[in-house]
Amino acid sequence: MTGPRPILEVDALERRFDVSAPWLNRLLEGKPRRSLRAVDGVDFDILPGQTLALVGESGCGKSTIAKLVTGLHAPSGGAIRFNGDPARMQMIFQDPFASLNPRWRVGRIVAEPLRTLFPETPDTQVQARVDELLRTVGLAPADASKFPHEFSGGQRQRISIARALAGEPEFLVCDEPTSALDVSVQAQVLNLMKRLQKEMGLTYLFISHDLSVVRHMADVIAVMYLGRIVEIQPAADLFAKPLHPYTRMLLDTIPDLEAPRRDRAPMGGEVPSPVSPPSGCSFHPRCPLAFGRCQAERPQRLPHVHDRRVACFAAEAAADV
Amino acid sequence: MSDPVLEVRNLRVEFPTRHGILTAVDDISLSIGRGEILGVVGESGAGKSMTGMAILGLLEPPGRIAGGEIRLSGDRIDSLDERQMQAIRGRRIGAIFQDPLTSLNPLFRVGDQLVETIRLHSDLSRGAARARAIALMKEVGIPAVEERIDNYPHQFSGGMRQRIVIALALSAEPELIIADEPTTALDVSIQAQITALLKRLCRDRGTAVMLVTHDMGVIAETADRVAVMYAGRLAELGPVDEVVRRPQHPYTSGLMGSIPSLRREVDELQMIPGAMPRLGAIPTGCAFNPRCAHAGPKCRREVPRVAGNDPSGNGAACWLALEGETA
Repeated sequence: MTGPRPILEVDALERRFDVSAPWLNRLLEGKPRRSLRAVDGVDFDILPGQTLALVGESGCGKSTIAKLVTGLHAPSGGAIRFNGDPARMQMIFQDPFASLNPRWRVGRIVAEPLRTLFPETPDTQVQARVDELLRTVGLAPADASKFPHEFSGGQRQRISIARALAGEPEFLVCDEPTSALDVSVQAQVLNLMKRLQKEMGLTYLFISHDLSVVRHMADVIAVMYLGRIVEIQPAADLFAKPLHPYTRMLLDTIPDLEAPRRDRAPMGGEVPSPVSPPSGCSFHPRCPLAFGRCQAERPQRLPHVHDRRVACFAAEAAADV
Repeated sequence: MSDPVLEVRNLRVEFPTRHGILTAVDDISLSIGRGEILGVVGESGAGKSMTGMAILGLLEPPGRIAGGEIRLSGDRIDSLDERQMQAIRGRRIGAIFQDPLTSLNPLFRVGDQLVETIRLHSDLSRGAARARAIALMKEVGIPAVEERIDNYPHQFSGGMRQRIVIALALSAEPELIIADEPTTALDVSIQAQITALLKRLCRDRGTAVMLVTHDMGVIAETADRVAVMYAGRLAELGPVDEVVRRPQHPYTSGLMGSIPSLRREVDELQMIPGAMPRLGAIPTGCAFNPRCAHAGPKCRREVPRVAGNDPSGNGAACWLALEGETA
């Protein structure tokens, strides 16, 4: 199959964290070393100009992937290939209160990537670029002389976006960029991000726990459960025809404003601890379709099962018939 | 109709500051009947939590109730002193907050916390209180209660902790429960379990529930009626399906339009321009008028109120909805 070359290729990516008890405890109490597989064999590609969303509940490993892709963590296994200019990758964080230096004026915050990546830029040009960036994200050039605390959460997230754009990125990793914001402000920020993507041809790796936000933003959605991608599909297909029982359960559980179901039966059980995940398919204890094989083996995404879109033995069995 | 469990009339909460008095809750009237869930929705700073805190008598000084009245099954509770309020909190009004970790004492076993709360509000013996704690934990859906009752809060997951908080809130069989963002810290699948639990308990016990949340989806599937707040005031009040399907206040419809849809693809989300005003800078007239596409001269002059300011009423605090024009 030939097509445009992906800008990011992630292959069998793994990240383990050591969560062992301290050395002395291990020695005295005979406790073994323990590791947590935050990311456990993840593959995906992102095409230039597209948005891939990672969605899942807390602890599924989606934020760890963001940190692996941006190089804030080193992978324990597998490979990440970025076919762009590594200097043109930027990140937008969830908390606009923690991600802006409170002692710096906005102008300095937004100019920082410029000064780091293009240190020879003359001051007047930096100034002009900061003004332009602030206007692009819907703030005023006069805001450059203010401090972050003078802005609301939504405005701060705009500052984060302006800062990310300052490095003229082609690839943006956005880790829950709107989850700290109110819905009406979220709409403003999401619209801005979509507009910028269209105008500048940006590629997004978009991480969120909110399926409705993801549906709005993403071209392709990857659903994660305990460190693995259980399903990956174009956004419209995922909502029209979810393939994995976990995706179906998620879709069944989220409150739907347009067709509220007051008698909704909630999903049973809880996400197990990633330190000791269930054997085989880690979703099997909660899965209505689970059978013997799910406990023993770990399902893979296979070419003949919905074109590698789902990792599920039940889907495989149905496809084999 | 019998007396509502909670009746709030013209409630006003003020914060005196160096720069003048800020009105955090401005002339709110609402009521909740037995077994009814009233959703209170709004964005941060709209005054929804402050309304709940005022009812619980937990306003942080210098915040104070500056006007109006709060009645619990007919008894006025807004003018009680702290000692009298303590007798009401827990016993007649239960509270559930967003973060179950801060509601539970990390140094005590959950069973002991439940037993202590039960004994504070009743004259049960230790043994009887423990039996009741076990029954409560079972009722809120905690598995293997007999083994887990002597665990500490950190040994439970977030969803299980919130169930324990609900068990604590229920322990004295209160008439009213104030649940402030009870599911916000939880994952969607757990959120659905907790709202289903709240609904069941409310129906089985006839408890009135005030569900404060920013999540319109949760309200749509859980509440019977909804109060939409904006800048400390009530923007709209009414049965939940009416407000969701046919919002009358431009703020309510803007709020709904800005929520991404699960069913349709849209290029651009509807946006409400601007931001909610700060408490110190609320515009004259309707607080929403600078952001409203329909605002007329009257909106900039006079404050609209939900018709008659009737606690059990329904409608929008909007001149366009009230009079059909904004001239």
